[in-house]
Amino acid sequence: MISEQPLLAVNQLTHLYAPGKGFSDVSFDLFPGEVLGIVGESGSGKTTLLKALSARLAPQQGNIIYQGQDLYARSESDRRRLLRTEWGVVHQYPMDGLRAQVSAGGNIGERLMAVGERHYGDIREKAGRWLQDVEIPLSRIDDLPGTFSGGMQQRLQIARNLVTHPRLVFMDEPTGGLDVSVQARLLDLLRNLVRDLNLAVVIVTHDLGVARLLAHRLLVMKDGQVVESGLTDRVLDDPHHPYTQLLVSSVLA
Amino acid sequence: MSLQLRVENLSKTFVLHNQHGAELPVLEHASLQVSAGECVVLHGHSGSGKSTLLRSLYANYLPDQGHIWVKHQQEWVDLVTAPARQILALRRDTLGWVSQFLRVIPRISTLDLVAQPLRERGVERQESDERAKLLLSRLNVPSRLWDLAPSTFSGGEQQRVNIARGFIADYPVLLLDEPTASLDSANSAAVVSLIEQARDRGAAVVGIFHDNAVRERIANRLYVMNPITERAV
Repeated sequence: MISEQPLLAVNQLTHLYAPGKGFSDVSFDLFPGEVLGIVGESGSGKTTLLKALSARLAPQQGNIIYQGQDLYARSESDRRRLLRTEWGVVHQYPMDGLRAQVSAGGNIGERLMAVGERHYGDIREKAGRWLQDVEIPLSRIDDLPGTFSGGMQQRLQIARNLVTHPRLVFMDEPTGGLDVSVQARLLDLLRNLVRDLNLAVVIVTHDLGVARLLAHRLLVMKDGQVVESGLTDRVLDDPHHPYTQLLVSSVLA
Repeated sequence: MSLQLRVENLSKTFVLHNQHGAELPVLEHASLQVSAGECVVLHGHSGSGKSTLLRSLYANYLPDQGHIWVKHQQEWVDLVTAPARQILALRRDTLGWVSQFLRVIPRISTLDLVAQPLRERGVERQESDERAKLLLSRLNVPSRLWDLAPSTFSGGEQQRVNIARGFIADYPVLLLDEPTASLDSANSAAVVSLIEQARDRGAAVVGIFHDNAVRERIANRLYVMNPITERAV
Protein backbone atom coordinates (compact mmCIF):
# COMPACT_ATOMS: atom_id res chain seq x y z
CA MET A 1 0.00 0.00 0.00
CA ILE A 2 1.51 3.32 -1.00
CA SER A 3 0.81 6.27 1.31
CA GLU A 4 0.91 9.79 -0.05
CA GLN A 5 2.87 11.60 2.66
CA PRO A 6 6.40 10.53 3.46
CA LEU A 7 7.01 9.49 7.05
CA LEU A 8 10.30 11.32 6.96
CA ALA A 9 11.30 14.10 4.58
CA VAL A 10 14.93 15.20 4.63
CA ASN A 11 15.82 18.43 2.83
CA GLN A 12 19.33 19.58 1.98
CA LEU A 13 20.73 18.41 5.30
CA THR A 14 24.24 19.54 6.08
CA HIS A 15 26.61 19.16 8.99
CA LEU A 16 30.30 19.60 8.40
CA TYR A 17 32.53 19.55 11.44
CA ALA A 18 35.64 20.03 9.31
CA PRO A 19 36.19 20.46 5.57
CA GLY A 20 35.09 17.21 3.92
CA LYS A 21 34.12 15.71 7.30
CA GLY A 22 30.45 15.17 7.97
CA PHE A 23 27.82 15.35 5.29
CA SER A 24 26.35 17.98 3.01
CA ASP A 25 23.22 18.52 0.97
CA VAL A 26 21.45 15.25 1.73
CA SER A 27 17.82 14.99 0.66
CA PHE A 28 15.40 12.06 0.54
CA ASP A 29 11.90 10.92 1.45
CA LEU A 30 11.11 7.79 3.39
CA PHE A 31 7.74 6.00 3.47
CA PRO A 32 6.39 3.30 5.81
CA GLY A 33 7.68 -0.15 4.93
CA GLU A 34 10.71 1.21 3.10
CA VAL A 35 14.28 0.36 3.94
CA LEU A 36 16.83 2.96 2.88
CA GLY A 37 20.44 1.85 2.90
CA ILE A 38 23.28 4.34 3.28
CA VAL A 39 26.51 2.79 2.07
CA GLY A 40 30.01 4.12 1.93
CA GLU A 41 33.40 3.55 3.40
CA SER A 42 34.84 4.84 6.66
CA GLY A 43 34.86 8.61 6.71
CA SER A 44 32.07 8.97 4.19
CA GLY A 45 29.88 10.77 6.72
CA LYS A 46 27.25 8.08 6.96
CA THR A 47 27.36 7.66 10.73
CA THR A 48 27.26 11.42 11.29
CA LEU A 49 24.28 11.56 8.94
CA LEU A 50 22.54 8.82 10.87
CA LYS A 51 23.07 10.72 14.11
CA ALA A 52 21.48 13.83 12.64
CA LEU A 53 18.57 11.85 11.18
CA SER A 54 17.90 10.12 14.49
CA ALA A 55 17.51 13.36 16.43
CA ARG A 56 20.89 13.19 18.12
CA LEU A 57 22.80 15.88 16.22
CA ALA A 58 21.35 19.20 15.11
CA PRO A 59 22.34 19.93 11.50
CA GLN A 60 23.91 23.19 10.42
CA GLN A 61 21.60 23.55 7.45
CA GLY A 62 18.51 21.92 6.09
CA ASN A 63 15.68 20.25 7.93
CA ILE A 64 14.05 16.95 8.76
CA ILE A 65 10.27 16.76 8.69
CA TYR A 66 8.73 13.90 10.63
CA GLN A 67 4.97 13.59 10.27
CA GLY A 68 4.70 17.15 9.12
CA GLN A 69 6.77 18.63 11.94
CA ASP A 70 10.33 19.92 11.84
CA LEU A 71 12.34 17.55 14.02
CA TYR A 72 14.76 20.07 15.47
CA ALA A 73 12.02 22.64 16.06
CA ARG A 74 10.57 20.27 18.65
CA SER A 75 11.74 20.46 22.24
CA GLU A 76 14.63 18.29 23.41
CA SER A 77 12.30 16.32 25.65
CA ASP A 78 9.90 15.75 22.77
CA ARG A 79 12.73 14.36 20.65
CA ARG A 80 13.77 12.08 23.48
CA ARG A 81 10.20 10.87 23.81
CA LEU A 82 10.19 10.05 20.10
CA LEU A 83 13.36 8.01 20.55
CA ARG A 84 11.72 5.96 23.30
CA THR A 85 8.44 5.33 21.58
CA GLU A 86 7.88 5.82 17.85
CA TRP A 87 11.52 5.59 16.88
CA GLY A 88 14.20 3.00 17.47
CA VAL A 89 17.97 3.24 17.26
CA VAL A 90 20.02 0.08 16.89
CA HIS A 91 23.66 0.83 17.61
CA GLN A 92 26.61 -0.92 16.11
CA TYR A 93 27.89 -1.99 19.51
CA PRO A 94 24.83 -3.45 21.22
CA MET A 95 25.91 -2.48 24.74
CA ASP A 96 25.62 1.16 23.60
CA GLY A 97 21.92 0.55 23.23
CA LEU A 98 21.31 -1.57 26.30
CA ARG A 99 21.32 -0.96 30.02
CA ALA A 100 24.06 -3.12 31.46
CA GLN A 101 22.72 -3.19 35.04
CA VAL A 102 19.24 -4.25 33.96
CA SER A 103 18.23 -7.79 33.08
CA ALA A 104 17.32 -8.80 29.52
CA GLY A 105 13.65 -8.82 30.42
CA GLY A 106 14.05 -5.47 32.10
CA ASN A 107 15.72 -3.94 29.08
CA ILE A 108 12.65 -4.78 27.05
CA GLY A 109 10.15 -4.09 29.82
CA GLU A 110 11.50 -0.58 30.46
CA ARG A 111 10.39 0.51 27.05
CA LEU A 112 6.90 -0.76 27.71
CA MET A 113 6.75 1.16 30.95
CA ALA A 114 7.91 4.27 29.13
CA VAL A 115 4.79 4.05 26.96
CA GLY A 116 2.55 3.72 29.96
CA GLU A 117 2.21 0.02 30.61
CA ARG A 118 1.87 -0.76 34.30
CA HIS A 119 0.89 -4.37 34.82
CA TYR A 120 4.06 -6.22 35.80
CA GLY A 121 2.78 -9.62 34.75
CA ASP A 122 1.79 -8.41 31.31
CA ILE A 123 5.07 -6.60 30.83
CA ARG A 124 7.06 -9.67 31.75
CA GLU A 125 4.99 -11.83 29.46
CA LYS A 126 5.42 -9.46 26.54
CA ALA A 127 9.15 -9.25 27.17
CA GLY A 128 9.30 -13.03 27.21
CA ARG A 129 7.51 -13.29 23.88
CA TRP A 130 9.87 -10.79 22.30
CA LEU A 131 12.88 -12.67 23.57
CA GLN A 132 11.57 -15.75 21.84
CA ASP A 133 10.80 -13.80 18.67
CA VAL A 134 14.44 -12.78 18.48
CA GLU A 135 15.50 -16.32 19.32
CA ILE A 136 16.86 -15.66 22.79
CA PRO A 137 16.01 -18.50 25.17
CA LEU A 138 13.34 -17.52 27.68
CA SER A 139 15.53 -18.89 30.45
CA ARG A 140 17.83 -15.86 29.99
CA ILE A 141 15.14 -13.31 30.81
CA ASP A 142 16.65 -12.44 34.18
CA ASP A 143 20.27 -12.50 33.06
CA LEU A 144 22.32 -9.36 32.56
CA PRO A 145 23.14 -8.51 28.93
CA GLY A 146 26.85 -8.56 29.72
CA THR A 147 26.58 -12.34 30.00
CA PHE A 148 25.26 -12.66 26.45
CA SER A 149 27.22 -13.34 23.29
CA GLY A 150 27.59 -10.48 20.78
CA GLY A 151 24.90 -11.84 18.52
CA MET A 152 22.48 -12.30 21.39
CA GLN A 153 23.16 -8.79 22.67
CA GLN A 154 22.39 -7.42 19.25
CA ARG A 155 19.14 -9.32 19.09
CA LEU A 156 18.25 -8.07 22.56
CA GLN A 157 18.90 -4.52 21.42
CA ILE A 158 16.59 -5.07 18.49
CA ALA A 159 13.87 -6.48 20.73
CA ARG A 160 14.23 -3.53 23.11
CA ASN A 161 13.78 -1.16 20.20
CA LEU A 162 10.88 -2.90 18.54
CA VAL A 163 8.69 -3.77 21.53
CA THR A 164 7.01 -0.36 21.36
CA HIS A 165 6.15 -0.95 17.70
CA PRO A 166 8.08 2.02 16.37
CA ARG A 167 7.36 3.36 12.92
CA LEU A 168 10.92 4.28 12.13
CA VAL A 169 14.15 2.53 13.06
CA PHE A 170 17.71 3.69 12.52
CA MET A 171 20.43 1.06 12.39
CA ASP A 172 24.17 1.55 12.34
CA GLU A 173 26.02 -1.50 11.03
CA PRO A 174 23.71 -3.90 12.89
CA THR A 175 25.63 -6.95 11.74
CA GLY A 176 29.12 -5.51 12.00
CA GLY A 177 31.50 -7.59 14.05
CA LEU A 178 29.25 -10.63 14.17
CA ASP A 179 30.19 -14.07 12.95
CA VAL A 180 28.89 -14.88 9.49
CA SER A 181 26.36 -17.46 10.63
CA VAL A 182 25.10 -15.07 13.29
CA GLN A 183 24.86 -12.33 10.69
CA ALA A 184 22.70 -14.48 8.46
CA ARG A 185 20.31 -15.19 11.29
CA LEU A 186 20.11 -11.54 12.24
CA LEU A 187 19.47 -10.40 8.69
CA ASP A 188 16.71 -12.98 8.45
CA LEU A 189 15.16 -11.62 11.60
CA LEU A 190 15.41 -8.02 10.44
CA ARG A 191 13.92 -8.82 7.07
CA ASN A 192 10.92 -10.54 8.63
CA LEU A 193 10.36 -7.83 11.23
CA VAL A 194 10.47 -5.08 8.61
CA ARG A 195 7.84 -6.89 6.63
CA ASP A 196 5.62 -7.93 9.53
CA LEU A 197 5.67 -4.55 11.28
CA ASN A 198 5.74 -2.40 8.12
CA LEU A 199 8.76 -0.60 9.53
CA ALA A 200 10.53 2.25 7.84
CA VAL A 201 14.26 1.74 8.32
CA VAL A 202 17.38 3.75 7.65
CA ILE A 203 20.35 1.41 7.78
CA VAL A 204 23.97 2.44 7.54
CA THR A 205 26.32 -0.25 6.35
CA HIS A 206 29.58 -0.68 4.55
CA ASP A 207 28.58 -4.25 3.62
CA LEU A 208 27.00 -4.34 0.16
CA GLY A 209 25.64 -7.83 0.78
CA VAL A 210 23.66 -6.56 3.75
CA ALA A 211 22.49 -3.61 1.68
CA ARG A 212 21.31 -5.83 -1.13
CA LEU A 213 19.46 -8.12 1.24
CA LEU A 214 17.69 -5.50 3.33
CA ALA A 215 17.44 -2.21 1.47
CA HIS A 216 14.94 -1.17 -1.17
CA ARG A 217 16.90 1.94 -2.04
CA LEU A 218 20.46 3.07 -1.55
CA LEU A 219 22.33 6.30 -1.00
CA VAL A 220 26.01 5.97 -1.81
CA MET A 221 28.18 8.38 0.14
CA LYS A 222 31.71 9.56 -0.40
CA ASP A 223 33.41 12.39 1.46
CA GLY A 224 30.14 13.59 2.88
CA GLN A 225 28.22 13.72 -0.37
CA VAL A 226 25.62 11.46 -1.89
CA VAL A 227 27.23 10.46 -5.18
CA GLU A 228 24.56 8.07 -6.36
CA SER A 229 21.12 6.91 -5.32
CA GLY A 230 18.36 4.65 -6.56
CA LEU A 231 16.88 1.19 -6.39
CA THR A 232 19.28 -1.13 -4.61
CA ASP A 233 19.65 -3.67 -7.38
CA ARG A 234 20.02 -0.93 -9.97
CA VAL A 235 22.79 0.84 -8.05
CA LEU A 236 24.67 -2.39 -7.39
CA ASP A 237 24.18 -4.03 -10.80
CA ASP A 238 24.47 -0.92 -12.98
CA PRO A 239 26.57 1.56 -10.99
CA HIS A 240 27.02 4.87 -12.80
CA HIS A 241 29.26 6.94 -10.51
CA PRO A 242 32.99 6.11 -10.49
CA TYR A 243 32.99 5.62 -6.73
CA THR A 244 30.00 3.28 -6.79
CA GLN A 245 31.69 1.30 -9.54
CA LEU A 246 34.81 1.08 -7.40
CA LEU A 247 32.85 -0.10 -4.36
CA VAL A 248 30.96 -2.72 -6.31
CA SER A 249 33.99 -4.08 -8.10
CA SER A 250 35.90 -4.38 -4.81
CA VAL A 251 33.49 -6.85 -3.25
CA LEU A 252 34.68 -10.44 -3.16
CA ALA A 253 31.37 -12.27 -3.59
CA MET B 1 -4.51 -6.03 -29.18
CA SER B 2 -3.68 -3.60 -26.43
CA LEU B 3 -0.20 -2.27 -26.00
CA GLN B 4 1.50 -3.12 -22.73
CA LEU B 5 5.04 -1.94 -23.35
CA ARG B 6 6.55 0.88 -25.44
CA VAL B 7 10.29 1.26 -25.68
CA GLU B 8 11.23 4.54 -27.33
CA ASN B 9 14.71 5.49 -28.53
CA LEU B 10 16.56 3.75 -25.78
CA SER B 11 20.27 4.36 -25.61
CA LYS B 12 22.85 3.10 -23.16
CA THR B 13 26.63 3.27 -23.06
CA PHE B 14 28.48 1.66 -20.18
CA VAL B 15 31.34 3.85 -18.97
CA LEU B 16 33.92 1.97 -16.93
CA HIS B 17 35.39 4.82 -14.92
CA ASN B 18 37.97 2.73 -13.13
CA GLN B 19 39.18 1.10 -16.30
CA HIS B 20 40.51 4.15 -18.05
CA GLY B 21 37.01 5.40 -18.78
CA ALA B 22 36.40 2.68 -21.35
CA GLU B 23 33.11 3.28 -23.14
CA LEU B 24 30.93 0.42 -24.28
CA PRO B 25 27.92 1.53 -26.29
CA VAL B 26 25.34 -1.22 -26.10
CA LEU B 27 21.96 0.25 -27.00
CA GLU B 28 21.38 2.91 -29.60
CA HIS B 29 17.93 4.31 -30.25
CA ALA B 30 16.25 0.98 -29.59
CA SER B 31 12.50 1.06 -30.04
CA LEU B 32 10.02 -1.72 -29.52
CA GLN B 33 6.32 -2.20 -28.81
CA VAL B 34 4.77 -5.25 -27.21
CA SER B 35 1.07 -6.00 -26.93
CA ALA B 36 -0.88 -8.15 -24.53
CA GLY B 37 -0.86 -11.79 -25.62
CA GLU B 38 2.27 -11.66 -27.72
CA CYS B 39 5.76 -13.00 -27.15
CA VAL B 40 8.66 -11.01 -28.56
CA VAL B 41 12.04 -12.70 -28.55
CA LEU B 42 15.16 -10.55 -28.41
CA HIS B 43 17.44 -12.12 -30.95
CA GLY B 44 21.06 -11.49 -31.74
CA HIS B 45 24.61 -12.55 -31.09
CA SER B 46 26.36 -12.32 -27.77
CA GLY B 47 27.11 -8.68 -27.04
CA SER B 48 24.26 -7.32 -29.10
CA GLY B 49 22.55 -5.81 -26.04
CA LYS B 50 19.77 -8.33 -25.44
CA SER B 51 20.33 -8.70 -21.69
CA THR B 52 20.94 -4.98 -21.32
CA LEU B 53 17.61 -4.25 -22.95
CA LEU B 54 15.80 -6.89 -20.92
CA ARG B 55 17.28 -5.69 -17.65
CA SER B 56 16.36 -2.15 -18.56
CA LEU B 57 12.77 -3.33 -18.94
CA TYR B 58 12.94 -4.46 -15.33
CA ALA B 59 14.61 -1.22 -14.25
CA ASN B 60 17.61 -3.25 -13.10
CA TYR B 61 19.68 -1.25 -15.58
CA LEU B 62 19.18 2.45 -16.16
CA PRO B 63 19.46 3.72 -19.75
CA ASP B 64 21.07 7.06 -20.61
CA GLN B 65 18.32 8.26 -22.90
CA GLY B 66 14.90 7.26 -24.09
CA HIS B 67 11.74 5.96 -22.46
CA ILE B 68 10.29 2.68 -21.36
CA TRP B 69 6.54 3.06 -21.04
CA VAL B 70 4.80 0.31 -19.11
CA LYS B 71 1.02 0.05 -18.76
CA HIS B 72 0.47 -0.18 -15.02
CA GLN B 73 -3.08 -0.27 -13.76
CA GLN B 74 -4.51 1.71 -16.67
CA GLU B 75 -1.74 4.32 -16.64
CA TRP B 76 1.50 4.59 -18.58
CA VAL B 77 4.61 4.84 -16.40
CA ASP B 78 8.09 5.64 -17.75
CA LEU B 79 10.56 3.34 -16.01
CA VAL B 80 13.49 5.55 -16.91
CA THR B 81 12.23 8.47 -14.82
CA ALA B 82 9.93 6.81 -12.29
CA PRO B 83 10.88 7.07 -8.60
CA ALA B 84 12.09 3.94 -6.83
CA ARG B 85 8.85 3.43 -4.89
CA GLN B 86 6.83 3.39 -8.06
CA ILE B 87 9.18 0.93 -9.72
CA LEU B 88 8.84 -1.39 -6.74
CA ALA B 89 5.06 -1.20 -7.09
CA LEU B 90 5.35 -2.06 -10.77
CA ARG B 91 7.55 -5.02 -9.96
CA ARG B 92 5.01 -6.26 -7.46
CA ASP B 93 1.97 -5.95 -9.68
CA THR B 94 2.92 -5.59 -13.31
CA LEU B 95 6.45 -6.63 -14.23
CA GLY B 96 7.44 -10.26 -13.78
CA TRP B 97 11.06 -11.31 -14.18
CA VAL B 98 12.81 -14.62 -14.51
CA SER B 99 16.53 -14.09 -14.45
CA GLN B 100 19.09 -16.48 -15.71
CA PHE B 101 20.46 -17.18 -12.26
CA LEU B 102 18.70 -17.72 -8.99
CA ARG B 103 19.80 -15.25 -6.39
CA VAL B 104 19.68 -17.33 -3.27
CA ILE B 105 18.69 -15.64 -0.04
CA PRO B 106 20.14 -17.51 2.91
CA ARG B 107 17.76 -19.63 4.96
CA ILE B 108 14.64 -19.06 2.87
CA SER B 109 12.97 -22.32 1.92
CA THR B 110 12.07 -23.13 -1.67
CA LEU B 111 8.39 -22.91 -0.84
CA ASP B 112 8.73 -19.48 0.77
CA LEU B 113 10.82 -18.22 -2.12
CA VAL B 114 8.23 -19.28 -4.68
CA ALA B 115 5.26 -18.06 -2.65
CA GLN B 116 6.81 -14.67 -1.91
CA PRO B 117 5.41 -12.70 -4.88
CA LEU B 118 1.90 -13.72 -3.85
CA ARG B 119 2.52 -12.94 -0.19
CA GLU B 120 3.66 -9.49 -1.25
CA ARG B 121 0.30 -9.00 -2.94
CA GLY B 122 -1.44 -9.90 0.29
CA VAL B 123 -2.42 -13.46 -0.54
CA GLU B 124 -2.83 -15.60 2.57
CA ARG B 125 -0.11 -18.08 3.45
CA GLN B 126 -2.22 -21.18 2.91
CA GLU B 127 -3.32 -20.23 -0.57
CA SER B 128 0.08 -18.95 -1.66
CA ASP B 129 1.72 -22.14 -0.37
CA GLU B 130 -0.81 -24.30 -2.23
CA ARG B 131 -0.15 -22.49 -5.49
CA ALA B 132 3.58 -22.70 -4.96
CA LYS B 133 3.35 -26.45 -4.45
CA LEU B 134 1.28 -26.88 -7.60
CA LEU B 135 3.77 -24.94 -9.66
CA LEU B 136 6.78 -26.71 -8.21
CA SER B 137 5.15 -30.06 -8.97
CA ARG B 138 4.45 -28.97 -12.50
CA LEU B 139 8.13 -28.13 -12.87
CA ASN B 140 9.15 -31.51 -11.45
CA VAL B 141 10.75 -30.14 -8.29
CA PRO B 142 10.28 -32.99 -5.80
CA SER B 143 8.41 -32.25 -2.59
CA ARG B 144 11.32 -33.33 -0.42
CA LEU B 145 13.09 -30.15 -1.60
CA TRP B 146 10.26 -27.76 -0.81
CA ASP B 147 11.27 -27.05 2.78
CA LEU B 148 14.93 -26.75 1.98
CA ALA B 149 16.82 -23.62 1.02
CA PRO B 150 17.85 -23.93 -2.66
CA SER B 151 21.52 -23.07 -2.17
CA THR B 152 22.60 -26.70 -2.47
CA PHE B 153 20.32 -27.61 -5.37
CA SER B 154 21.62 -28.38 -8.84
CA GLY B 155 21.67 -25.61 -11.44
CA GLY B 156 18.61 -26.99 -13.16
CA GLU B 157 16.72 -27.32 -9.90
CA GLN B 158 17.57 -23.76 -8.91
CA GLN B 159 16.45 -22.53 -12.27
CA ARG B 160 13.11 -24.27 -11.93
CA VAL B 161 12.60 -22.71 -8.50
CA ASN B 162 13.39 -19.37 -10.11
CA ILE B 163 10.87 -20.01 -12.84
CA ALA B 164 8.18 -21.05 -10.38
CA ARG B 165 8.72 -17.80 -8.51
CA GLY B 166 8.42 -15.85 -11.76
CA PHE B 167 5.22 -17.51 -12.86
CA ILE B 168 3.28 -17.78 -9.62
CA ALA B 169 1.63 -14.39 -9.90
CA ASP B 170 -0.13 -13.16 -13.03
CA TYR B 171 1.95 -10.35 -14.42
CA PRO B 172 0.73 -8.27 -17.37
CA VAL B 173 4.35 -8.08 -18.55
CA LEU B 174 6.70 -11.03 -18.24
CA LEU B 175 10.45 -10.71 -18.83
CA LEU B 176 12.38 -13.93 -19.31
CA ASP B 177 16.16 -14.18 -19.51
CA GLU B 178 17.10 -17.60 -20.88
CA PRO B 179 14.63 -19.47 -18.67
CA THR B 180 15.38 -22.86 -20.24
CA ALA B 181 19.15 -22.54 -20.29
CA SER B 182 19.95 -25.18 -17.66
CA LEU B 183 17.02 -27.48 -18.37
CA ASP B 184 16.66 -30.84 -20.06
CA SER B 185 14.02 -31.25 -22.74
CA ALA B 186 11.27 -32.50 -20.45
CA ASN B 187 11.62 -29.55 -18.11
CA SER B 188 12.04 -27.17 -21.03
CA ALA B 189 8.70 -28.38 -22.30
CA ALA B 190 7.08 -27.69 -18.93
CA VAL B 191 8.41 -24.15 -19.04
CA VAL B 192 7.28 -23.59 -22.60
CA SER B 193 3.80 -24.67 -21.57
CA LEU B 194 3.85 -22.11 -18.74
CA ILE B 195 4.93 -19.38 -21.14
CA GLU B 196 2.21 -20.28 -23.64
CA GLN B 197 -0.35 -20.22 -20.85
CA ALA B 198 0.82 -16.79 -19.71
CA ARG B 199 0.63 -15.49 -23.25
CA ASP B 200 -2.84 -16.97 -23.69
CA ARG B 201 -4.14 -15.18 -20.63
CA GLY B 202 -2.90 -11.91 -22.10
CA ALA B 203 0.58 -11.36 -20.77
CA ALA B 204 3.01 -9.41 -22.92
CA VAL B 205 6.13 -11.57 -22.91
CA VAL B 206 9.65 -10.44 -23.80
CA GLY B 207 12.36 -13.06 -23.66
CA ILE B 208 15.81 -14.20 -24.61
CA PHE B 209 16.01 -17.82 -25.76
CA HIS B 210 19.06 -19.39 -27.28
CA ASP B 211 17.33 -22.71 -27.82
CA ASN B 212 16.01 -22.70 -31.39
CA ALA B 213 13.25 -25.17 -30.75
CA VAL B 214 11.87 -23.23 -27.80
CA ARG B 215 12.12 -19.97 -29.68
CA GLU B 216 10.25 -21.35 -32.62
CA ARG B 217 7.44 -22.58 -30.44
CA ILE B 218 6.72 -19.47 -28.47
CA ALA B 219 7.88 -16.46 -30.43
CA ASN B 220 5.26 -14.38 -32.18
CA ARG B 221 8.05 -12.26 -33.59
CA LEU B 222 11.73 -11.57 -33.25
CA TYR B 223 13.33 -8.29 -32.30
CA VAL B 224 16.70 -8.52 -33.96
CA MET B 225 19.61 -6.78 -32.30
CA ASN B 226 23.10 -6.15 -33.60
CA PRO B 227 26.21 -5.12 -31.70
CA ILE B 228 27.01 -1.46 -32.20
CA THR B 229 29.97 -1.32 -34.57
CA GLU B 230 32.72 1.18 -34.07
CA ARG B 231 32.42 4.27 -36.13
CA ALA B 232 35.23 6.35 -37.51
CA VAL B 233 35.21 9.69 -35.67
